[in-house]
Amino acid sequence: MAKLLPKRDAVIIGLGWTGAILAQQLTEAGLNVVAIERGPWRDTPTDFNVAYMQDELRYAIRKELFLKPSVEAMTMRNTVAQTAMPMRDYGSFLPGDGVGGAGVHWNGQTWRFWSSDFSIRSHLAQRYGAARMNGLMLQDWGVTWNEIEPSFDKFEYLCGISGKAGNLKGRVVPGGNPFESARSRDYPTPPMKMSYAPTLFAQMVKEQGYHPFPTPSANLSTAYVNPLGVRMGQCTYCGFCERFACGNYSKASAQTTILPVLMKKPNFELRTECEVLKVNLAPDGKMAKSVTYIDAKGVEYEQPGDIVVICAYALMNVRMMLLSKIGAQYDPVTGQGTVGRNYCYQTGSGARMFFEGKHFNPFIGAGTLGQTMDDFNGDAFDHGPLDFLGGGGINCVVTNGRPISNRPTAPGSPRWGAGWKKATIEGYNSSMGFSAQGSSYPVRENYLDLDPTYTDRHGRPLLRITFDFPDNDIRMSHFMSDQLEKISKPFGAKVTTVSRAKKGWDAVPYQSTHNTGGAIMGGDPKTSAVNKYLQSWDVPNVFVIGASAFAHNAGMNPTGTVGALAFWAAQAITTKYIKSPGKLVRA
Amino acid sequence: MSEQRALSRRRLLASVAALPILAATADGASISGTMPWSPFAGEPPKPVNPLGWYFFTPDEVVTIEAVVNRLIPADNLSPGGKASGCAVYIDRQLAGAFGQAQRLYMKGPFMPGLPSQGYQGDLTPAGRYRLGLRALNDYAHATHKRGFAQLAPAQQDAVLAGMDGGKIALRLKPGFSTKEFFEMMLQNSMEGFFADPLYGGNRNMASWKMIGFPGARYDYRDHIDKHNVPYPRPPVSIYSAEG
Repeated sequence: MAKLLPKRDAVIIGLGWTGAILAQQLTEAGLNVVAIERGPWRDTPTDFNVAYMQDELRYAIRKELFLKPSVEAMTMRNTVAQTAMPMRDYGSFLPGDGVGGAGVHWNGQTWRFWSSDFSIRSHLAQRYGAARMNGLMLQDWGVTWNEIEPSFDKFEYLCGISGKAGNLKGRVVPGGNPFESARSRDYPTPPMKMSYAPTLFAQMVKEQGYHPFPTPSANLSTAYVNPLGVRMGQCTYCGFCERFACGNYSKASAQTTILPVLMKKPNFELRTECEVLKVNLAPDGKMAKSVTYIDAKGVEYEQPGDIVVICAYALMNVRMMLLSKIGAQYDPVTGQGTVGRNYCYQTGSGARMFFEGKHFNPFIGAGTLGQTMDDFNGDAFDHGPLDFLGGGGINCVVTNGRPISNRPTAPGSPRWGAGWKKATIEGYNSSMGFSAQGSSYPVRENYLDLDPTYTDRHGRPLLRITFDFPDNDIRMSHFMSDQLEKISKPFGAKVTTVSRAKKGWDAVPYQSTHNTGGAIMGGDPKTSAVNKYLQSWDVPNVFVIGASAFAHNAGMNPTGTVGALAFWAAQAITTKYIKSPGKLVRA
Repeated sequence: MSEQRALSRRRLLASVAALPILAATADGASISGTMPWSPFAGEPPKPVNPLGWYFFTPDEVVTIEAVVNRLIPADNLSPGGKASGCAVYIDRQLAGAFGQAQRLYMKGPFMPGLPSQGYQGDLTPAGRYRLGLRALNDYAHATHKRGFAQLAPAQQDAVLAGMDGGKIALRLKPGFSTKEFFEMMLQNSMEGFFADPLYGGNRNMASWKMIGFPGARYDYRDHIDKHNVPYPRPPVSIYSAEG
């Protein structure tokens, strides 16, 4: 029998990026909030030590800051005809763990999805006709650009993002991204300094008529004090960013932007190393009354709350809903049900060029040290004559030159024995790459549910991922690979290689921790799990925050949009819900 | 004097009242009203003791040393895998959390999967090495009538290439293929060769000097603008000065 604890105004599950934003905004509105976090407390001065953070083996290879599959694994298969097997180690994507979540070890590439993403169905129907979307479950997100733009602004100023505006209130600004949707003001800090590879990339693609711009970065170009009064430091381009925590206070995370303020509030409490097992509903299933969690000693507690905010990683949000019976499981055969629907990923390809006599110093890097061109992203280009929808950002970002993992060699080089060292020395300093981060569009057969066989350490079913790259996305990605080939020609490299996406998503090699959908937002409770305010259609005192709400995934990193959705949902709770609890949208 | 004392007593009381409520209670660690902080809470890495063997048997030592020396042969570019400490590195990894599969999901049922679903066997990494090295020596005895370490370098290379290319099947067990064993040895050898020296390999930062990686440096602001210019400083490691 779980021990019953005193009720709180709001219970937040998970204290990563979204949990920290929700906790900050809800406590600011006077609510008494408890956050329950499965992983440990982590902070910069104690855990992210500049004297030993630059340890590739410990953090990048042994993945010390990441979620262990022994704590929570998932199963995967490509099609419903296959038997899903557990990912016994995480490979293709790496979920976070502990306070700060994946925001501790992200790269910091901070995008705003476009106006044409939030209204994707309306936009594409108007431009090409609705029939072009046959086979794709593209749908509007329920929130419009003008509604969400101020929330993007809040997240960027919280983080101090370094970048250059390309569209200020509808006026195109040279040097920024001309394809971005109109923003109300410029980035809070100027762009990062550029090393050789992105500088060369920008010069070469500009000469070809494209529009390169500095990739918006949560690694800061300069010291910054955010609106909460929290100070951040200048990035030192150390090359230990993604998979690592920052020891310099230079990368935006819950630790470096919110926690110093949030943790001091008397109306906030954090419980670490406590895993929420499920959200408990009232007998009629229409309201959440509490969450059940288990502490590190294995003792169970019941924490009641008026509002429950699910702020775990996108995939875990979906699992928590399914374990708690919040909303109906999506069925890929009938198309009925909403939870688990529209699971999407990212469709990538890359180019690498090997030169003679160039020195790129790849170890001078940062998670977002780079240049991007969006000329082939989203619907920035005419899809009229093409056989696909979607696109990708083309990024030349130099994240690192850490040698256990990052030793590019020219094609055909031996991987060991006589000959591999020479190829390694040649490729290490004198090659550069750029990549296309392609969109991922929803199809009927890609979805999430609970695995019938495999369970976690508490005996609860694991999440099951059924996913393969849809044909539309493969055609899109091949188009992107063609562009990479064209773009790379004038560089004059000795050898160039370009990768091509293929069917059969492989869970082993790392690809991207951009898992989206499964609890998507929208305007219709038949096709979305949460409404435009990220409020459950079925259980209105439950809000589900994160990339789980994305109705599709664009050719951009998700965190900027996740942060904006967190501020947007928090605003709905503090200005609408607490004044008049109940459904914020009537369907 | 007494007033000052009273003041400091008041101050003391006030500071006690403001003490953080940070207690490991039955609720787990509950934190409220403060940023928790305790000195030396982090865990610096512990350099491995380079002497002796913690996991490998004497037979396994000579076998793995022969393997790492063929995967990373000694030449004018760097010392070989053995002299670099790669076998010591692998030994210490297998004796620790990695070898015991502490990260991994190890619940059954164990069933064969597709290559895209990753390793599905029930052996820990330590168990895979134990089985794999014995099978490698059994193969060498069966085909050449000596252990792998006693083969000529060209013969050793041929065996490794056969494992790499799927032409040689060692007697392992279902769910653990010869190719998987080869990839594991290659990955772990390269880890030892390129990781920070504190883990037992990469002695004298030889691999970092070889490719021009400056190691554990943490600030390149003085060189970010110097395009196409080689970085001038030698590598440093976490516990050593410049090498």
